Amino acid sequence: MTRAFHGSSAEPLLEVRDLNAWYAESHALHGVSLSVDRGETITLVGRNGVGKTTTLRAIIGLIRKRTGTIRFDGKDMMGVPLHGAARAGIGFVPEERGIFATLTVDENLVLPPVVAEGGMSLDEIFTLFPNLKERRNSQGTRLSGGEQQMLAMARMLRTGVKLLLLDEPTEGLAPVIVQRIGEVLAELKKRGMTILLVEQNFRFASRIADRFYLIDRGRVTSQFPVAELASRMDEMHEVLGV
Amino acid sequence: MTMVFGIPIQALLGQLLVGLINGSFYAMLSLGLAIIFGLLRVINFAHGAQYMLGAFAGYLMLAWFGIGYWPALILAPLVVAVVGIVVERFALSRLYDLDPLYGLLFTFGLALVIEGVFRYYYGVSGNPYPVPALLAGGENLGFMFLPIYRGWVVVASLIVCLTTWLVIERTKLGSYLRAATENPRLVQAFGINVPLLLTLTYGLGSGLAGLAGILAAPVYQVSPLMGSNLIIVVFAVVVVGGMGSILGAIVTGYLLGLVEGLTKVFYPEASSIVIFVVMAIVLLLRPAGLFGKDA
Repeated sequence: MTRAFHGSSAEPLLEVRDLNAWYAESHALHGVSLSVDRGETITLVGRNGVGKTTTLRAIIGLIRKRTGTIRFDGKDMMGVPLHGAARAGIGFVPEERGIFATLTVDENLVLPPVVAEGGMSLDEIFTLFPNLKERRNSQGTRLSGGEQQMLAMARMLRTGVKLLLLDEPTEGLAPVIVQRIGEVLAELKKRGMTILLVEQNFRFASRIADRFYLIDRGRVTSQFPVAELASRMDEMHEVLGV
Repeated sequence: MTMVFGIPIQALLGQLLVGLINGSFYAMLSLGLAIIFGLLRVINFAHGAQYMLGAFAGYLMLAWFGIGYWPALILAPLVVAVVGIVVERFALSRLYDLDPLYGLLFTFGLALVIEGVFRYYYGVSGNPYPVPALLAGGENLGFMFLPIYRGWVVVASLIVCLTTWLVIERTKLGSYLRAATENPRLVQAFGINVPLLLTLTYGLGSGLAGLAGILAAPVYQVSPLMGSNLIIVVFAVVVVGGMGSILGAIVTGYLLGLVEGLTKVFYPEASSIVIFVVMAIVLLLRPAGLFGKDA
């Protein structure tokens, strides 16, 4: 974690240090530290219930009972209200996708306010997700699971956020859709988007991630770049319990 | 004389009109309750007091400052909305993390305090509020005599309900409101200031009650208890329509007003309880209400 002591130009986009978080009385995170450089794609790997989703929810601020340091784009995020995180430039795609049933596809798509320049136009989004264009006037939850996932990602791309928090985007989806989501993430990465991904499917993640963080029982147990993945497979299997 | 089911048609149409006018108030009041309940999950027991405040705001503007009906039609709801906003910001918003019962108890207590204060100063008897000159008099429709002001109440209520519905269903602000009704935390995580949205929504709901109050002032007498007499019926309307359903609140408001009017024609003894009988039947057959979604 020497990264933190570099000058501001080398400062990571997101820096989390000693993050603790609680659900009611249950202590879910025990000092998570991680950093994400600009343009980097990071994947958090670990079994169910070890704190991957909790880490994302604590970063965006959905979990308010938290201690430690979260710095984003040079700004301390701990005192920022929940709606301040998106305005600072963090986009969140929740595991349950969060598509609104009382909103049309179009309304779902334009719901999150634009927070900075540099977001995609609707035309660009529809080029990336042609299915959504055909179903613009449908009720949001009438879409298939894959389309809802696309919509959940697409609505963040309009807003100009600098960091995407993606929680298990491939969960429960057909292989062809998973592949499509992989292509979309590769395209986003090419455009310079910074991505913090939670993903059980590390074969999928290995195609786009630059680095992995292994998480167990609310702590980061190790981290390594994608190049070391092959030599770390035993460790991966142990952490994932497969 | 034309008869329908042994009833003179004049009597039938007359009571239907009375029902429609009552229904206009039910619709406006239950609409505000439904909007507030949908987003804030607060059962706003102060709604009747806010309706009364609207009528009194108009009455006092005229008595103290000589401000007439038309300016009061805008100003009175604004006054009530501002009072609602202050109440939400300084009291109600502190109860959101607690059991919803606290919000209910707080608004119930608030209603008692507001009504108590007005009773202390104005007693329980009604104070007349003049019909504006433009809407004075009546029209002979051939089958009945229609006081123009009452026709105006029906039209105004339809405009208010339709506009509110369109704002919620068709505008960007409405989409924030609908989304936040489904999942407020996620909407806030998207960068929308949901606490502010809650405050404005409570202001809107209170303002609608205030608007119904000033519209009611020339029809009913302006009295401190005018709200508490009405609010129980309005709660029944909300339950029949389905808690939190906007369209349900509007449609059920008019519908139950008409049902009440018809009952006055065919079986007057039951007219004051018919709405509660309907409520009991709906709760038995469709517990989520006519327009409610089964949870």
